[in-house]
Amino acid sequence: MVKKAFGYTFLYLVLLLTYVPIFVLIVFSFTNTTYIGDWNGFSLELFGRLFQDEEIMIALGNTVIIAIISAFVSTLLGALGAIGAFYSRKRNRAILENLNQIPVVNAEIVMALSLVVMFVFIGNTIFHEQIFSFWTLLAGHVVISVPFVYLNVKPRLQQMDPALYEAALDLGCSPRKALSKVMVPQLLPGIMSGFLLAITLSLDDFIVTAFTRGPGLLSGENTIETLSTLVQAKIKKGPIPPEMRALTTIIFIVVLVAVILITIYQNKNRRKIRKGRDY
Amino acid sequence: MRFSLQRKQLCIPYFLFLILFVVIPILFIVFYAFTDSNGYFTFDSLISFFTSTNKINVLIQSLLFSVINTIICILIGYPIAYILASKEFKTNYVIVMLFVMPMWINFVLRTGATRDVLTWLNISGGEHPYLATMIGLVYNYLPFVILPLYSTMLKLDKSQIEAAMDLGCNRVQVFTKSIFPQSIPGLVSAAQMVFMPTMSSYVIPEILSEGKVVLFGNSIYIGFSNYQWNSASFMAIIMLLIVGITMLITRNYTEKDSGGKSSKW
Repeated sequence: MVKKAFGYTFLYLVLLLTYVPIFVLIVFSFTNTTYIGDWNGFSLELFGRLFQDEEIMIALGNTVIIAIISAFVSTLLGALGAIGAFYSRKRNRAILENLNQIPVVNAEIVMALSLVVMFVFIGNTIFHEQIFSFWTLLAGHVVISVPFVYLNVKPRLQQMDPALYEAALDLGCSPRKALSKVMVPQLLPGIMSGFLLAITLSLDDFIVTAFTRGPGLLSGENTIETLSTLVQAKIKKGPIPPEMRALTTIIFIVVLVAVILITIYQNKNRRKIRKGRDY
Repeated sequence: MRFSLQRKQLCIPYFLFLILFVVIPILFIVFYAFTDSNGYFTFDSLISFFTSTNKINVLIQSLLFSVINTIICILIGYPIAYILASKEFKTNYVIVMLFVMPMWINFVLRTGATRDVLTWLNISGGEHPYLATMIGLVYNYLPFVILPLYSTMLKLDKSQIEAAMDLGCNRVQVFTKSIFPQSIPGLVSAAQMVFMPTMSSYVIPEILSEGKVVLFGNSIYIGFSNYQWNSASFMAIIMLLIVGITMLITRNYTEKDSGGKSSKW
């Protein structure tokens, strides 16, 4: 009993501490002071200022656009890669698997620098100008997220009944149809979690973004700012800008809703599987 | 036969992508590390790295920070993962999600929040750079430790634990003889999730110590922002070597583990 109480206390204490910085920002997003710790009465002023702050809005837009595009590209490449590798010869699969592990185990900053020196080299020797743009940034984001899509789809392939695909072919599906109607639905949970992971990795990324970005997207002629690079530039000079406290509150609510929806979805799926077994 | 051939080909784009954007860039790093600014072969970067006490200090300091951070994260994360996965404690899946949720809030923003709160508590990076950096590192990497440990703990062989209890092991022995050995793969991947990223982290030490703690990642970043491709590339090679060494060590562990399993059967 004592052990249990101790365990629960430890668990909830760590959980609470984890949320302290976020909750502090959220609480102080409802007042209009420059520094956290100063309370100037309840106010929603920061939320209004947030939406008028062009810099933050542009960065936010860029972040979302890059996350969605890079997650789509990563999911397509990674899922097809996993399917292809699964049906390849053992030796070829081993090669791909080892290559896939490189970005997983490698330090992000090494990946980022390696891309930069390649882009610099190509820019210097072929184009005779800097080639940093949205496309180099996209390549960087795909590199950091695609291996995780692969790793999320792979176990699904291993669990899948190999006869299903054959059955679909026997029942008259073309290989393409068998792939899209039988395999993809079977792999969908893995593909979805890979996609979500790709989005979170891209949203969160600072190093690869800071290294590989160039002008483009909503920033126009200027270097692309994402939320990470903008926040970094701001907090290097001083405390988190007050408007960003309001942004944290909004992000927190969005994440909370997303987590709740995902949990509900997963519970439903689990129930469906259980029901299926009963019959 | 024709069909399996078609499915095989699906991985060709991915293969090409990995070659173009992972393998070739690394070759470029090797090239830049051993050439000068005119592209001629030289050991200059190597010599200047190993003769600079500053850079060697940064390397040692980064290794220390990584080791300490890994240990603290595992010391906190291991019991948490155990509690979350154990049937004894009736914890909901929601709590697991709560531990993961901060990861979805932009990490630069979280790092800034941590710094501002620490400053508010008078543990500012200006006065306590090491402490503030350490707190920031643990705070950021804890979820990365909890997740792999949690999934290993879920797979613990319950019948083996019960058997150990039935055969007269006390609680400590059950832990050292059954639970701990079974959780080693999770521990290894948890350590992997923390060790390398800590060494190469840039934002956390930069922000939390107000620039006073320079880890290996900061060093590379400085090289990058000053367009010192050659010396930055050489530091990246050192990083790559450390990655390779840690991989070799961890590979040994997993091989031992699977070997043990197969011998049991």
